[in-house]
Amino acid sequence: MVRDYSGVITKIDSIAAKVYADLVKAEIPALQLSTRTKANIRFDDDLNVWKYGKNKTERSANSLDGAYMLLRTMYLVDFIKDMIKDKKSSTLRETYYISEGWNLAKFSSQNESDLLAEDLEVITGCMREDFKLRPEEDGARVIGNVVVEEVTRNNEKKRIHCQDDVGDAGYGIPYNVEKEKLNFKEVDADFIVAIETGGMFDRLVENGFDTDSRAILVHLKGQPARSTRRFIKRLNEEKKLPVLVFTDCDPWSFRIYGSVAYGAIKTAHISEYLATPAAQYLGVTPSDIENYKLPTDTLTTEDIAALKSELDDPRFQDQFWKHEIKLQLTLGKKSEQQALAKYGLDYVTDTYLPEKLVEMGMLKK
Amino acid sequence: MPEAIAYELAKKQKEISVAEFFERNKHILGFGNPTRALITSVKEGVDNALDACEESGILPDIYVEIKNTTEEECVVIVEDNGPGIIKQQIPHIFARLLYGSRFHAVRQSRGQQGIGISAVVLYGQLTTGKHAKIISKIQADQPAVVVELAIDTNKNRGEVQHQEIMHWDKPSGTRIEVSLNADYKRGKRFVYEYLQSTSIVNPHARIVFKESDGTEHVFERTAEILPKKSEEIRPHPYGVELGTLIKMSKETKARKLASFLKSDFSSMGDRTADAVCDEAKLDRNLNPADMSREQFLFVHQAFKRVKIMAPPTECLSPIGETLIRRSLKSETKEISPEFIFTASRPASVFSGNPFQVEVGIVYGGNLPKDKQVRILRFANRIPLLYQQGDCAITTAIASIDWRRYGLDQPSGSGIPIGPAIFLTHVASTQIPYTSESKEAIADIEEIENEIRLAFREVARKVQTHINKKVKRVKTREKFDLITKILPEIAKKSAHMLNKPIPSLEKVITRIMDIVWIEDVVEYEKVRGKPVQTKLDASDPSGKAESGGWIAKSTIMVVNYKSKPQKFNLYALFPKDAVVGEVKPKPTKVTDSFIKWSLESIEPTNKIDIYFELAGLNKGDFDENDLYVQNINPSFVIGADKWEGE
Repeated sequence: MVRDYSGVITKIDSIAAKVYADLVKAEIPALQLSTRTKANIRFDDDLNVWKYGKNKTERSANSLDGAYMLLRTMYLVDFIKDMIKDKKSSTLRETYYISEGWNLAKFSSQNESDLLAEDLEVITGCMREDFKLRPEEDGARVIGNVVVEEVTRNNEKKRIHCQDDVGDAGYGIPYNVEKEKLNFKEVDADFIVAIETGGMFDRLVENGFDTDSRAILVHLKGQPARSTRRFIKRLNEEKKLPVLVFTDCDPWSFRIYGSVAYGAIKTAHISEYLATPAAQYLGVTPSDIENYKLPTDTLTTEDIAALKSELDDPRFQDQFWKHEIKLQLTLGKKSEQQALAKYGLDYVTDTYLPEKLVEMGMLKK
Repeated sequence: MPEAIAYELAKKQKEISVAEFFERNKHILGFGNPTRALITSVKEGVDNALDACEESGILPDIYVEIKNTTEEECVVIVEDNGPGIIKQQIPHIFARLLYGSRFHAVRQSRGQQGIGISAVVLYGQLTTGKHAKIISKIQADQPAVVVELAIDTNKNRGEVQHQEIMHWDKPSGTRIEVSLNADYKRGKRFVYEYLQSTSIVNPHARIVFKESDGTEHVFERTAEILPKKSEEIRPHPYGVELGTLIKMSKETKARKLASFLKSDFSSMGDRTADAVCDEAKLDRNLNPADMSREQFLFVHQAFKRVKIMAPPTECLSPIGETLIRRSLKSETKEISPEFIFTASRPASVFSGNPFQVEVGIVYGGNLPKDKQVRILRFANRIPLLYQQGDCAITTAIASIDWRRYGLDQPSGSGIPIGPAIFLTHVASTQIPYTSESKEAIADIEEIENEIRLAFREVARKVQTHINKKVKRVKTREKFDLITKILPEIAKKSAHMLNKPIPSLEKVITRIMDIVWIEDVVEYEKVRGKPVQTKLDASDPSGKAESGGWIAKSTIMVVNYKSKPQKFNLYALFPKDAVVGEVKPKPTKVTDSFIKWSLESIEPTNKIDIYFELAGLNKGDFDENDLYVQNINPSFVIGADKWEGE
């Protein structure tokens, strides 16, 4: 399937046109984009996700940094245009290395080029994939009773059953999970469990939780890649499967849930593509630490600062989160998913998850 | 009944000789150990030589030689081109302690106690048993006299051991040779430092130092003018002690108390003298010769309670900012410092003694960055080499928070760390030393304060210089990059849109949004008198030196703002300089600045300004001090806000 990139090219050219027009008018060239901070995200009632607010940041040639940024932008959009023309794509890391040949416009770190690619998304409303840029890391693993149909590199459609056709490592989510690449065919499951750590994913697989409890298990691999989030969202929306997020009990894990359910601050411009507003937090909650008497570690100063920052995070303002975050601050403790092994290897699948699922109305007693 | 103990004691009591006095006090006189003794000897000899030359209006040419004869013995030779000393006076001057013309005078002078050179002769005699040799010539057509001197330590008198005449090539001068017990190995470095320091604060002197192995160091003269002669003044009532007051009353010619006060003290007019008498409840017509100690005590107490004008300060002879700068520059040539700044405070007063503080900072170059700054201390043009820690100069420097001025100072006080040399010169009619060896200035609050103020002033100059430089470098960097980056942005965007590359001059101007001022100073050697085009013709003093250097300043002003700019520009110059050609025509020229009311400069246009200064040495002035008026100074790079004259 050949995609039409003319819309993308028009948007890219409009960036060059804005800068060019400024120069012709003898004005200092500048580009405007939404400010990408916690303070500038608002809940979008129509989309049901968190998006950027009205605050704008200007990247202007008035400062040296701004001038560099504009020059890099010019080089990057020119490079993207060339890739579209040549039907090529590159990883973000390759883009960073390509800039070695851009003289003054050379990026000084990959972080800079990654951020600029995101800036371009924010400015144009396009997605990274439209720019033929793809991430280094792929999506994570899936095991469950679902058949996906993937268009392979040979342009063949291939059906994969995510239990029968895969090994214990599961089905690997590709970086592109849009319809032209991937579709869900048969699904026979009751819910999705998105799991933070590989160890817990493997525990549930070994214990046969996917078959016993009719669950699709998705490994998040820490902060989930865009394709993982998009995969979950499509499965949720297209197949109406509830999503449960199962992580460690610390502020960083709450942010993982935040980016799955609400949209991440860094990618709020595409929250409607990535976030699954219906996703629910399963645990481990600070209340679980008390209820299940889990082994704990003391919160570090960074943990405490992160928790406090979440208290002013507009995404975590509901009763549940306020209560749990405050409770954790009072406890001064954090715990891991795998701490449940305190009660034996089967405890998580035999006791903890069933109890939590009943509590959340997912299973009947 | 036994004899009273006092009689017993009386048998043991006798007059102690000067030799014994010296022996007991040699540490406070600067002869505490063989290293100190060597330096003190050179120092006393050189001080004497400088004084002799200056008093007779001769530019000093001083020769110092040290011969290391044995492990523990040196011959110190100091020779000058001064007026010489008549034969009869030689024993008094070189071999009698506490003898000298200056002992009662109130004036700025190097020595103050007159213990100086005779102490060296005595030390030499006590430690080696050898006699001092003095050669003196007082007139070109007369032969020189050579005298060998010994000191009779019981009588405090010099005794001529041997005397002859000889031919001497000099028109006049004095030479002294003293053998003494000294540590040459350890002392020679200090002698070198002392002579170098002396040369810095005596730019009018040429000093040659010959080491024992024949190595010669020459400290060249950097000023051809003798320092202003310090004038003698009468004592000020605030500084006089009761004993001195009584002694003065015995020597006065005045027959009435009021006229005694008026004629023998400074700052005393009719009204003040009367006020003192009234305050002391004494009759103005009392004859000072008949007054009692109590009555003088009342006068002395009244002095403190009556408001008396400060003493005159013209009697002081500071070195001057330009000369300090020039000397520092000449002596720090190998260091190639980044800059030298000086500051001079107005004269001030402590307990009735006028004094004045001058400071200089040498910064950068090869100076070590991780060591404490080097402190050079001077009092009445004498280097102070020892007891740095006890000196008011050090205390004052240490009490400033140098971190504010970009130097390291771990706790915000103490001697700062950084690539700098700090020079301080205190000139006074009465330097309050901590001890007889005259190595440290006592902690007089007024003096410490003035030193602090002087250093703050010079530190501010350093700070402004650094800030200006940093701002200039940053702006220059931005300018360079913008002029590289912007065309690239233009090229890329034009290429993507298939359009011609737009002109960028105006955008660059808008981004810079400043007025750029840059200057260069060049020197040109000239012959004959430089042309004088001073606007104010009221100063035909002919100060313009014949020949010498002309400093040529070129100032470039570029308008990188998007609107035309019109403002006034001021260029400061040293007071010693004479203004030559100025282009364009200035609006005002004073003895310290030139003012231009510049015509309106269009965006991206520039104008050049040029002026010449005569009467300066090469390097006296190497950076313009520029100020602007009628323009927001934050738009201007390279000049500060004009704060008025």
